[in-house]
Amino acid sequence: MRKNITWVLWLLPVAFLVVFYLQPLAAIFMRVGNQIVAEGIGSFSFSRIVETLIFTLYQASLSTILTLILGLPAAYIFARFNFPGKKLLRTLSTIPFILPTVVVAASLNTLLGPRGWANIFLMNVFGLENPPIVFVNSLGAILTAHVFYNVSVIIRLVGTAWSQMDARLSQAARVLGASSRKAFFEVTLPLLSPVILSATLLVFLFDFTSFGVVLLLGGPQNVTLEVEIYTQAMYLLNLPMAGVLSLVQLLMTLGITVLYTQAGRREIPLAPRVNEEGMHKAKNWKEKLIIGIVSISLVIMLVLPLISLGMRSITRMEANRGQREDVRTGITFEYYQQLFVNQRQSIFYVPPITAIRNSLYYGIITVIISITLGSLAAFALNKPGRFNQWMDAVFMLPMGTSAVTLGLGFILVFNKPPIDLRTFPILLPIAHSLVAIPFVVRTIKPVIATIPANLKQAASVLGASPLKVVREVDIPIIAKALSVSAIFSFTISMGEFGATSFLARPEMPTIPVAIFRYLSQPGASNYGQAMAMATILMIVCALSVLMMEWLDSNAFLRK
Amino acid sequence: MDTRRLAFGLVCLMLLLTGCKPAVQSDNQDQETLTVMTHDSFSISENVIAVFEKENNVKVSFLKSGDTGQLINRAILSKEAPMAEVLYGIDNTFLSRALDEDLFEEYTSPVLAEIPREFQLDPQNRALPVDYGDVCINYDKAYFKEKDLALPQTLQDLTKPEYAGLLVVENPTTSSPGTAFLLATIAEFGEEGYLDYWIQLKQNGVVIVNDWETAYYTNFSGSSGKGSQPMVVSYASSPPAEVIYASEPLEDAPTASLTGKNMCYRQIEFVGILKGTKNREMAEKFVDFLLGKTFQEDVPLQMFVYPVNQNATLPEEFVKYTQIPESPAILDPALVMENRDNWLQIWNETVLK
Repeated sequence: MRKNITWVLWLLPVAFLVVFYLQPLAAIFMRVGNQIVAEGIGSFSFSRIVETLIFTLYQASLSTILTLILGLPAAYIFARFNFPGKKLLRTLSTIPFILPTVVVAASLNTLLGPRGWANIFLMNVFGLENPPIVFVNSLGAILTAHVFYNVSVIIRLVGTAWSQMDARLSQAARVLGASSRKAFFEVTLPLLSPVILSATLLVFLFDFTSFGVVLLLGGPQNVTLEVEIYTQAMYLLNLPMAGVLSLVQLLMTLGITVLYTQAGRREIPLAPRVNEEGMHKAKNWKEKLIIGIVSISLVIMLVLPLISLGMRSITRMEANRGQREDVRTGITFEYYQQLFVNQRQSIFYVPPITAIRNSLYYGIITVIISITLGSLAAFALNKPGRFNQWMDAVFMLPMGTSAVTLGLGFILVFNKPPIDLRTFPILLPIAHSLVAIPFVVRTIKPVIATIPANLKQAASVLGASPLKVVREVDIPIIAKALSVSAIFSFTISMGEFGATSFLARPEMPTIPVAIFRYLSQPGASNYGQAMAMATILMIVCALSVLMMEWLDSNAFLRK
Repeated sequence: MDTRRLAFGLVCLMLLLTGCKPAVQSDNQDQETLTVMTHDSFSISENVIAVFEKENNVKVSFLKSGDTGQLINRAILSKEAPMAEVLYGIDNTFLSRALDEDLFEEYTSPVLAEIPREFQLDPQNRALPVDYGDVCINYDKAYFKEKDLALPQTLQDLTKPEYAGLLVVENPTTSSPGTAFLLATIAEFGEEGYLDYWIQLKQNGVVIVNDWETAYYTNFSGSSGKGSQPMVVSYASSPPAEVIYASEPLEDAPTASLTGKNMCYRQIEFVGILKGTKNREMAEKFVDFLLGKTFQEDVPLQMFVYPVNQNATLPEEFVKYTQIPESPAILDPALVMENRDNWLQIWNETVLK
């Protein structure tokens, strides 16, 4: 009986994975295999693969550690304190996640680039000839961007679990004489560790397979596996080598995930508490100081680049002819006005409203697909068993798969009805969902584990049908995690996260597509319009996140 | 409970609002459709495509497939079941790969008579030239004027101390103008000499970034990014673009190109009828249309490349602000395809390490 239920739960998610992930992946690997047999692997250099792998692991580890250093204290203050500006800060911290990498690179450069504000300031103060901060082409740039992108993952995932944790436990420890440090390390941290591990794994995999950031900011010297795959496939047209590299990447992902499932098995079921129960205002200077320091760091790391991007979209910056140093600046909204004009009379022009509508459309479909399939999988995974341990790892794989390679697989497989790349309407949200589902699973699964069995048994004993148990017990407990998953699925889709743009090309242009169109052309007004479009993307996303949070608190918390 | 239903209702409403519209753009069923696979930079004026569609009672649908590398990969992988009738946008650095893979059907368009021989790189007319552009070094005019610095006249000049640290180029293994510039240096210094040249360039402080956007908008001082290098590898058509897409009207282009011998590399783009097309007749008509005067005159302002048809006239801004190099570098496509991997690999190991 139990087994049967698990089987039913697995049906949809597994079918989805087989059709849209395993099938194209197998097709491309088979083709690559044949090609290797037929003509060899081209210039194969074992040491280069190892070198690239080591650098990839190195930068991913560093990035993850830095993200945790900023993210965990932030999760703490969001989980335990009420302070002015909290909601705004939390929403703003989600935005980096949606920004296309080209825009992130541009906005970090407006701050730290050769003529970024920081450099202009330092040059003026110290009378320097050359910009003192070298940002482009450095490891530091990669790390900065990764922290910028992923802090919100830690904040949302860990922060939510933390706020739902029974505050009385650590209070009891304190009453029983434990120091606050001891209470934290022996009560709070062990209880949080499954969710911290989950979040760390997600961040690590994002950093491990990161593409755009490394390509745009890391420069030619810092090459990760995914960048090398891109180069091999797209510039050298050497598919065999690209295939071998993506296999390496896939195996590493599998290894890391299996390691993680080994470490994360000891989950402690705990009765979840009413949200925001342990929330309070800062009571003493020490707490105030912590909140102050953490929120200021968040503002510097996350909000400043966003503001500088927004500012750039309303600033006219054009050198006077002849006097290069005089940069004539002024506030202008003309870039926004120009967005509404089809300057070139091109058939590919997208009015901003259409782009917004298309992006929202794909975003919502992605949310529906990934939440449905992701939570089914999460529930199924929660039943013990060896099979499930493997499935746990398998469901993480899409995140660690080279999007370039998978995209080529899509081309091989989806070329005739019923699923034709050209006409199948939701291939793009499906591609987004492939990245989003692992995320949903990782977010929901640790929370499901905290649902006490006796609560469900009690409900059944009292006469509730199984469906009713799910609706009245499970769903309310995982509501918060569901809403976090929805927010992330949505943002993954809105930003065409990472290299998902390789997977399928939208026939209906989205906001990121519009941004690329402007940014890939010279001219001050193209640049300005790209920044304006990026600002619109930020605003649309911030509003959507706010709305989802509002829906969530209205729908589930008022009991 | 009620609020939950409200939330659900709201989501459904949003879905309806956003979901309905995109689906309704289906056209009447009897009309033929011609699919054209192309890269993301492709563009065409509404009224120009309308002329063709009306004359032939056909709907032309464009399948955008990423950059040129993605485009050719896609064409090769879908060779067995071609996704389109016509492919637009393979350039001369990828051309011989496309021909090796036997992607195209032969078509000797009558319009080829209006196109100079030098562009027709495939004698069998499987791939027909449709536009061209030159990858050139752009310079910040104001910088050179202000510093009273003479312009470099040759590639070799760039290794002189007065130009130390003034040039930003793109990585040839990740960027197509970067590849073109590398090929220009190979054309100038030969296979034996180009690496030495790059070592000298490096010693002279050349900045290498991975993509055109960073090079142009972050590092180059002549664009809106206001970076620290006054010379950048870009296109000969970038200066007119700076005028046409200026924030406020400009009297003169802020940048110009260096057009000395072999300093620019000529990229020619080709169009071809994909093998196995089901609608050869319409595909031929469309290729003729692409090579014809109407489309060719549309090309400069849409894609910032030049028409190959000699009867096409250029827009005023182009005549005024672009310099067409007299002796651009160009290598034999077969030679390029044969050695590309090798050149890039060796360049990678020598210059980046």
